[in-house]
Amino acid sequence: MTVLEGLYHILEYIDHTISFRSSCRMSVCGSCAMHINGKYRLACNTQISSLKSDYVTVRPLLHLPVLKDLVVDHTAFFENLIALQPWLIEKEPPPRKEYLQTPKERKKLDVVADCIMCQACYASCPVAGTDNQYFGPHAFLKALRFVNDSRDGASLERLQEVAGSTGVFRCHTIFNCQDVCPKHLDPAGAIAKLKMAITLNQFKGKLKAKK
Amino acid sequence: MNIHHDILVVGGGLAGLRAALQAKFAGADVALISKVHPLRSHSGAAEGGINAPLANNPEGKDDNPEAHAYDTVKGADFLADQDAVDILTGDAPEIIYETEHWGCPYSRYENGKIAQRYFGGGRYPRTCYAADRTGHFLMHTLYEQALKHRLKIYEEWMCLALAVEDKTCKGLIAYDVRTGSLVPMSAKAVIMGTGGHGRIYQNTTNAHINTGLAMSIAYWAGVPLKDIEFVQFHPTSLARTNILLTEGCRGEGAYLINKDGERFMKKYVSEKVMELAPRDIVSRSIMTEIEQGRGIDNAYVYLDMRHLGQKKIDEKLPGTRELCLEFINLDPVKDPIPIQPGQHYTMGGIDTNSWGETKMPGFYAAGECACISVHGGNRLGGNALLETLVFGKRAGQRASEFVKQKSNPSSPKALESALRKLQLQQQELHKGKGTENHFDIKNQLAQLMVEKAGIFRTQKDLLEGKAKLKELKARAKNLAPVTQEKRFNFDFIFAMELQGNLEISEAIFEAALARKESRAAHYRKDFLKRDDQNWLKHVLVKWSLEGPQLCSEPVKIIRYQPEERKY
Repeated sequence: MTVLEGLYHILEYIDHTISFRSSCRMSVCGSCAMHINGKYRLACNTQISSLKSDYVTVRPLLHLPVLKDLVVDHTAFFENLIALQPWLIEKEPPPRKEYLQTPKERKKLDVVADCIMCQACYASCPVAGTDNQYFGPHAFLKALRFVNDSRDGASLERLQEVAGSTGVFRCHTIFNCQDVCPKHLDPAGAIAKLKMAITLNQFKGKLKAKK
Repeated sequence: MNIHHDILVVGGGLAGLRAALQAKFAGADVALISKVHPLRSHSGAAEGGINAPLANNPEGKDDNPEAHAYDTVKGADFLADQDAVDILTGDAPEIIYETEHWGCPYSRYENGKIAQRYFGGGRYPRTCYAADRTGHFLMHTLYEQALKHRLKIYEEWMCLALAVEDKTCKGLIAYDVRTGSLVPMSAKAVIMGTGGHGRIYQNTTNAHINTGLAMSIAYWAGVPLKDIEFVQFHPTSLARTNILLTEGCRGEGAYLINKDGERFMKKYVSEKVMELAPRDIVSRSIMTEIEQGRGIDNAYVYLDMRHLGQKKIDEKLPGTRELCLEFINLDPVKDPIPIQPGQHYTMGGIDTNSWGETKMPGFYAAGECACISVHGGNRLGGNALLETLVFGKRAGQRASEFVKQKSNPSSPKALESALRKLQLQQQELHKGKGTENHFDIKNQLAQLMVEKAGIFRTQKDLLEGKAKLKELKARAKNLAPVTQEKRFNFDFIFAMELQGNLEISEAIFEAALARKESRAAHYRKDFLKRDDQNWLKHVLVKWSLEGPQLCSEPVKIIRYQPEERKY
């Protein structure tokens, strides 16, 4: 039995008033991240038996206002993304068919594009906890996803944005995000790559030094 | 003060987002409401891919929209409307390129083109894919476009009723899940893109949110349901959980084997087709193996990918491996996966034409909740994602033209009366005169549907199911008081959805009883043959106080005359 199945059993047969978000129950929609027995995880892919404990303690995600029980207000989490223009900005006008992209170029999108926006990394990040303007690990992963995309033409703009005062240089490299990601992605690694790209471009004079 | 938008789109999945974007591009005043954050929509759970005859794969160099159309029509057992199928396959390349231009990270060939794999029922490898997370990537790509174009989204708002006057849609009543308020929303056009009814079946691959409520809202408002007896069971859902394992596994060469290690599909279809027959056929074959004692634990057969090797599995089917490891602690690189058929897709739905128009002016539908019909008796894998985008776009386009050209004045009266009705319903639920737990009724209904309206059907089972459903309906009138809480009240939400669940189930039983033949996913053990003489037609179910009323409409046949469906 998974934690989510347990929560549904409680909702259906024990306490009809309990509130939690859920949808796909197959770890792809990102609805049901919460704090379970000491760690941020998805309720749907956490087997209760794997917790090896007589008690399961569930808490809502940190750093986001609790609306009710396990439901938090994720407005800030999603709004932080928008400043990073999280959509493809074409390098050149679209061809009649598809943009050509080699498997090698496509490989650079593996992992970085797999994020399900579940907020586990955000809740585990102490920097996000002290400043809700801080973009957050998820946003940096998303930024790198576009910086890495051979079809995108706005790398420098994107780097400039994440080099700012609420950007990657605020990261304390604590690696919680890497540790908790239920999809085994690496936001901390993404932050490191962005920092390197920013620094390199500053050396080359392509980016202004951060304010 | 009521909220007004010229166009309201209900549903934040691919169909809804594509419709809303199209309306936005057309300059219309449009907003979208979604009962979950759009990224949580079930479109994101699609895995294997999206069909388009791009001819990128060398083995598919002769592929073209006509070939795609023929495969779709044959897969549908000739119940699909061929004019709509031509649109589906004709528009497919353009709609794929559009998502690629928006950044969807499709897998690629060395020459840089989008990669394509074989899927069931297709003669060519025409399923474009992005690893085995195609739905996830498309979902995020469309959401990114919604952000880019500043689409107005009412997040965690659900539609509970349509407002109708003079048989014309005037808006809807929304329920704000965060505050618990009922909000009248006036609109000149409403487009539904709310997905299927999977959760009325216990063994579904679908998300918890796929209850089909919006379908029943349209049904109550007088819009008929079409082809509703056709329910798709996906052959390979993971043991115990019924989590979807993509058809892409078989597309990449995985086998189905019974407990004797036999690749049993050779007994049911030609050696050329084997595991890649259409889903209805593969699901029936699996069930036959299990019923005849060649299953594992009398419940499963194996999906075997061991011979594909770790490299190919990790490159092309990483999500599948992850699901097996996470949910049943099994590594498909080393062991065969226990699977069984599970409810997967709603071929039927809200009756629309190929512009998403229903017979009610101002009311449109697209995607899985709609039935045009392009899937007829059985949908081909890879055609659902395609349908959401092609027909979501067309519905958005047509609704935009409608609100520009027609006045459709707003009607505070219609909104007021729909609101009043819902308020009464809400009060009654909160008062609750009885003792029944609506969740319990929902769970029993889901079991009933698997047993009595599942892969194999008989008159006896369907009649028993219908009788049992009547009992459940009676119990649903006798509910214990529902929680009064304002915020995130899932007790209230599920209680409302149960009413829809029961209504859709009743329509399925009626239509399945009426269709005395076996065609694609509707398989009657007491009428084994397809009967074109009497049943080459769509069954429409209309709601009435006295119970469901059935009528029929002809199937549009253009190029492909019905022939024996052999694979």
